[in-house]
Amino acid sequence: MTPSQIIERCRDLAAQPIGAVAEGWKAVHPGGRAVAAYPVWAPAELIHAAGMLPLSLLGGGTSVELTHADARFQSFVCSIAKSTLELGFQNLVRGVDGFVFSNICDVARNLSSIYERNFPGSFVEYLHLPQNSTSPAVVGYAAAELRRLAAAFDAAFGLAVTPTALAKSIETYNALRARLRALYALRIAEPQKLSTTELYVVLRAATVAPPEEGIAWLDGLLDGLPRREGRVRDRLRVVVEGAFCEQPPLGLLEVLEEAGCYVVEDDLLLGWRWFTADVATDGDPFERLGAAYVNQSVPSSTRHESRQHRSEGLIEKVRRARADAVIFMPAKFCEPALFDYVLMKQGLERAGIPHLLVEFEEKMWTFERTRNEIETFVESMLFE
Amino acid sequence: MAGVPITERQFQGQAHEHSRRLMVAWMQELAHAEAEGRPTGALMISGNCVELLRACHILPMFPEVTALQNAIRKKSLPLILKAEQAGYSSDNCAYVKADIGLFLEGGMGPGKPIPFPTITVCNYVGCNVYVKWFEHLADVSGSQLFMLDVPFARTAEPSPADVGYVVAQLRELIALCERVSGRKFDIDELREILAHAARAEEGYARAKELCKHHPAPFDAYFDAINMMGPINVLRGTREAAEFFDTAVAEFEALVAQGLGPLSEERFRTVVEGPPPYPFYKSFRNLFARWGAVAVASTYSTVGGIWEFGFRHDPRRPLESIAEQMLRENLTNRSIVARYAQIKRYVEEWGADALVIHSIKSCRLFSAGQGDMRDYFTQKLGVPTLMVESDLEDPRYYAEAQLKNRIDAFFESLEHKKLTRSGAA
Ligand code: SF4
Ligand code: SF4
Repeated sequence: MTPSQIIERCRDLAAQPIGAVAEGWKAVHPGGRAVAAYPVWAPAELIHAAGMLPLSLLGGGTSVELTHADARFQSFVCSIAKSTLELGFQNLVRGVDGFVFSNICDVARNLSSIYERNFPGSFVEYLHLPQNSTSPAVVGYAAAELRRLAAAFDAAFGLAVTPTALAKSIETYNALRARLRALYALRIAEPQKLSTTELYVVLRAATVAPPEEGIAWLDGLLDGLPRREGRVRDRLRVVVEGAFCEQPPLGLLEVLEEAGCYVVEDDLLLGWRWFTADVATDGDPFERLGAAYVNQSVPSSTRHESRQHRSEGLIEKVRRARADAVIFMPAKFCEPALFDYVLMKQGLERAGIPHLLVEFEEKMWTFERTRNEIETFVESMLFE
Repeated sequence: MAGVPITERQFQGQAHEHSRRLMVAWMQELAHAEAEGRPTGALMISGNCVELLRACHILPMFPEVTALQNAIRKKSLPLILKAEQAGYSSDNCAYVKADIGLFLEGGMGPGKPIPFPTITVCNYVGCNVYVKWFEHLADVSGSQLFMLDVPFARTAEPSPADVGYVVAQLRELIALCERVSGRKFDIDELREILAHAARAEEGYARAKELCKHHPAPFDAYFDAINMMGPINVLRGTREAAEFFDTAVAEFEALVAQGLGPLSEERFRTVVEGPPPYPFYKSFRNLFARWGAVAVASTYSTVGGIWEFGFRHDPRRPLESIAEQMLRENLTNRSIVARYAQIKRYVEEWGADALVIHSIKSCRLFSAGQGDMRDYFTQKLGVPTLMVESDLEDPRYYAEAQLKNRIDAFFESLEHKKLTRSGAA
């Protein structure tokens, strides 16, 4: 398949509701189970090692009308929380057997138990991912939390996670992440060969496909993309930051480029590219995965890292991607992103890196104002 | 509104005055700490480990208390605006903005009544905003941040891994405190402090228990604030324990006389959510005029849920501190676990209705309260009122709108009561 064909397949898959994806997979895996994880990070390796299909749970995007969930969550709550609950009310997650949430923010935390209350037949598990990054006790705790999740899978589905299976799944996800890193590196080098929406749909499809399939597409892309034609344009190289949970509409990503940017780094679907390097392959796999969470996580607004100032990771990203500027793109009402915006912007200003703030909602459908803002920003940078 | 107008008992009570005195003394200590070279430690209210700082001779300070005091004094808006000018969003928790705004205004730091903390101890107990807040506070003040990560309540009981993890971090915190204060930690001193804490907890629980009486001797939402300083900030001191002895005696006397905070207790409510500090009195009046008295509240349990029996245990000092942080406070429990807490209040405290005060700033409390309302009205048939404003930002308080909602609710409740008594 050519890169364009692969991208089209991914686009189709990414557009399907996860319930349909789960049912499609189960049709060829009779008796199989599917477990979906809310952003940002969840150990997909564990779900996979239990023989289940890991899926991302990303709300309703542009397609789901709220009929019940907006009476449960107030107007000042982000859209993804509401539309995720709505998926349950409208039975659009039929086929998904379990849901995993974690302590990324207060909204997600409340959503987890509210989801469980409203859909008592579903398996819902809440992970407490460590916020202490330096205690000598933290790796052990993280491993214990992963073991607890494995035990919960076993109790709910009778599917045990053996150390051997987990070790193998870690290798599989290491391979997937290595390819995603390579694809991001390719975009940094030659952004004209892979647009942001293209990269996004590939990534998004990888979050609902068995990892082995994702690896195959990514290999196809990594092979074919370098030969793809693409005219280099005079555009601003930007890093997009803050869109790690609620999903921006594709239209917004398109507008970014049309308005004159090459997105050379971003934090879209960050949890699926969570580790800066491969998770170690020797020793107890629960411990290794726990240790990787503590010591090898990418900088994220939903995780505290005492060894690094909030802005450092972002500045590092800007430098690595040879970017000219940062576009902050938090979801409306997203507290982790909005809080970090302040410390990050101060850091960028100290480092002399220009930035622009553009809020979004998953259901946003007119982009003209945003387009104007970005165009003005780009012009001020390119022509001054 | 039928019948004789309801009035408030004029005398505020000893508990109010006593609490004020103790809190003023603490703030004065804080104001002198820098000059006296005493180390200070910033902490959060929820499920805190104030006893440990006390035992380490680190003077605790609570940015949340500063924020709420500024709101009560109607000083919060300029601070919030200052923070918003610096880039904070109108959608961020206004407690944080008021605190950072205070720094930007030059109201905190060297030579000010609110010093920079020597250490910033983020007891991450449920609220994710805490993590952000203390990262920002450490950033502006340059103080060392200690992230005390407390696993969220997500199993029937805290697991040995949860307890072990928190205890290990408490030991690391002790080591940090020793370095900062230059004093050796003494576990027996901690035991003594925990004994005082347990006594205060017992007193607070006893005071709340008294609200099961008809009428309740005090409003467990609006008046409970007088007890929240001693229980959350001063817990572990002899003075706080004695405060509760006095308060309980006062409330017992009121019970004996059949007196409550209002001239008549017409409705008994459970209140969920923090109060609107900038309009505390006006908000209270909206309920008082209906003879509505809170007999229990969830906000009074953010620091600890003592009414269901948990006490710090001097025999297991670090473990019991860990258990309290992990489980025995509102903030580290899920919102749905809170439904069970409220249900108990409604049943055991004999309430007629639930009032949900939804706070824009505080998603920990409020995100999803529509579901809570659904549970109480649809599943349990408890009359439930949901109103919205903010605990710190006066821009979100719309008195006329609130009054309409509150009046309509109590009118209908009164109507139901009359029809019920007519039918009986
Ligand atoms: S969009 Fe932000 S606030 Fe909403 S659930 Fe995700 S992280 Fe939380
Ligand atoms: S979100 Fe709520 S609990 Fe957290 S700091 Fe703000 S007011 Fe306090």
